[in-house]
Amino acid sequence: MEHPISSPTNPLAACPVAVRNGGQPLPGHVLQLDDSNPLPLDCGVDLAPVTLAYQTYGTLNADRSNAILICHALTGDQFPAEPHPITGKPGWWETIIGPGLPLDPNRFFLICVNVLGGCMGSTGPASTNATTGQPYGVSFPVITIGDMVRGAMRVVDSLGIDQLFSVIGGSMGGMQVLKAVAAYPDRVFSAVPIATAAHHTAQNIAFHEVGRQAIMADPEWCNGDYQLYDRQPSRGLAVARMTAHITYLSEPALHRKFGRNLQDRDKVNYGFDADFQVESYLRHQGSTFVDRFDANSYLYITRAMDYFDIAVEHGEGSLAKAFMGIKTRMCLVSFTSDWLFPTSESRAIVHALNAAGAPVSFVEIETDKGHDAFLLEEPEMFRTLQGFIDGAARARGLAQ
Amino acid sequence: MIEPAVEVRPDLQIVADWIAPGTRVLDIGCGYGGLLAHLVREKGVDGRGIELRRSKVNHCVAAGLSVIRGDANHDLSLYPTGSFDYVVLTQTLQAVEEPRTVLEELIRIGGHAIVSIPNFGHWRIRLSLLVNGRMPVTEMLDQPWYETKSIHFCTIRDFLDLVDVMGLTIEQSVVLTSSGKPSPAPATSSRANVWGEQAVFMLRRG
Repeated sequence: MEHPISSPTNPLAACPVAVRNGGQPLPGHVLQLDDSNPLPLDCGVDLAPVTLAYQTYGTLNADRSNAILICHALTGDQFPAEPHPITGKPGWWETIIGPGLPLDPNRFFLICVNVLGGCMGSTGPASTNATTGQPYGVSFPVITIGDMVRGAMRVVDSLGIDQLFSVIGGSMGGMQVLKAVAAYPDRVFSAVPIATAAHHTAQNIAFHEVGRQAIMADPEWCNGDYQLYDRQPSRGLAVARMTAHITYLSEPALHRKFGRNLQDRDKVNYGFDADFQVESYLRHQGSTFVDRFDANSYLYITRAMDYFDIAVEHGEGSLAKAFMGIKTRMCLVSFTSDWLFPTSESRAIVHALNAAGAPVSFVEIETDKGHDAFLLEEPEMFRTLQGFIDGAARARGLAQ
Repeated sequence: MIEPAVEVRPDLQIVADWIAPGTRVLDIGCGYGGLLAHLVREKGVDGRGIELRRSKVNHCVAAGLSVIRGDANHDLSLYPTGSFDYVVLTQTLQAVEEPRTVLEELIRIGGHAIVSIPNFGHWRIRLSLLVNGRMPVTEMLDQPWYETKSIHFCTIRDFLDLVDVMGLTIEQSVVLTSSGKPSPAPATSSRANVWGEQAVFMLRRG
């Protein structure tokens, strides 16, 4: 497909995040890895230069033992506890981060890194390829969950932290937690993988493929080079988001929220407008998402999740073997109505950890909110996290 | 904080006394984690628990204990042989689907299996059945027959027969009377099977 190049020095290509942020730099910090210090990727590429954008809350204690790495999910970012710099919406995990909450910045030094391949300041497909001077687009190397964690650990290294007190995250964040435990068992004292799985199921991959195909079917995608042509595959990305959003909710939650209620009308209008509230809601979810997320990042990050299989990566196909000999204290959390990462997936990890002799706790929280419950007000989850973190802090010798 | 033991059941005190400090302990059906919390706090054991009831599991984890949701019928096969020093099953054997299989699993997983059982041969139960002609409902077995989780009742003597058939050795045993006090009668005596309301055993293979 031929597209006229509107501007080879398109500012969107130079610094897409800053453009989306009104020309302002993002809050937080960056770690730069130059050619002398490349990031080796699972695909075999040594990537350089690499920028990793991260945010921290709280203070690192004198013996550097109170650091917690917070891993974000597919469409999350490094701002879990402050207003989103672009949308102005509350941080995605303000429910559990804050004074008196399980992740208390008065007790812990909290680190959150924008994943490699992301679009909030870390190097990703929207970044400029130093060799060509143009955005990577789909020439960006395919990244994995392992690559994301390797990048995050570079940030941890740069902060002079040998062992993290804890690594915590939900969904794709939980995958990073599992990866961190399997790949760096001595550097992770405790770990909390929430609403996650040790690999993506065929169903998980299938939903992601629908999302990717929606993006790639949008003519504005331009074979991944939309930045060069000053275009945005907004419709494709919005459809991807709409599809994914359905998987984050449960049927009862959708029913409770919308039922078959009509949107600003008394009767159906025999057309294809958003007659139903649920349609209007999804359209809104899709259209606001494209303002803050890059379509190619969505392709790369969903791919990373699809490739993830910790049993293959660390245990020759055996999950128990992948975790053999691990001393990390672990607490898994699942939700009864989560059908994207159902309890059975967490249970399989728990069984493997038991077989490996690792200290593991596992709670299933009863809720009808579906997969997204890990981001929402779930008092029982908060109590569990508080108890687990307090217990681990005692074992680590951290003051209350 | 690890909360103080909520259970003060006399059989749990005996179990706690038997367990050596610094060992690995798996408590199956750990409830609100009273025994585990006590063992972790007082004896520095590496304690793990399995509990069926979600609310109890969550309570344990919130108290800082390593507890997972599971049950004795299905989840014991997941534990490697010899992965614990002690496996504890209190007041639960009568409620599992296959008590003998579960007992085999306890011995396999732990060097020592610690089991407490309600004694269906207790005089009050005998008398109740004799006089009323109905399945007894007591303080320990407090549900009517159609609701009770206890599906495999046994007396102390029945249990001893099973231990014998399985070729297990009784390392320790205590019989508790209805006041919760240890009975001076040995578990193997006829008196124990009449006066004991429950019994606690520590078993090993061979």
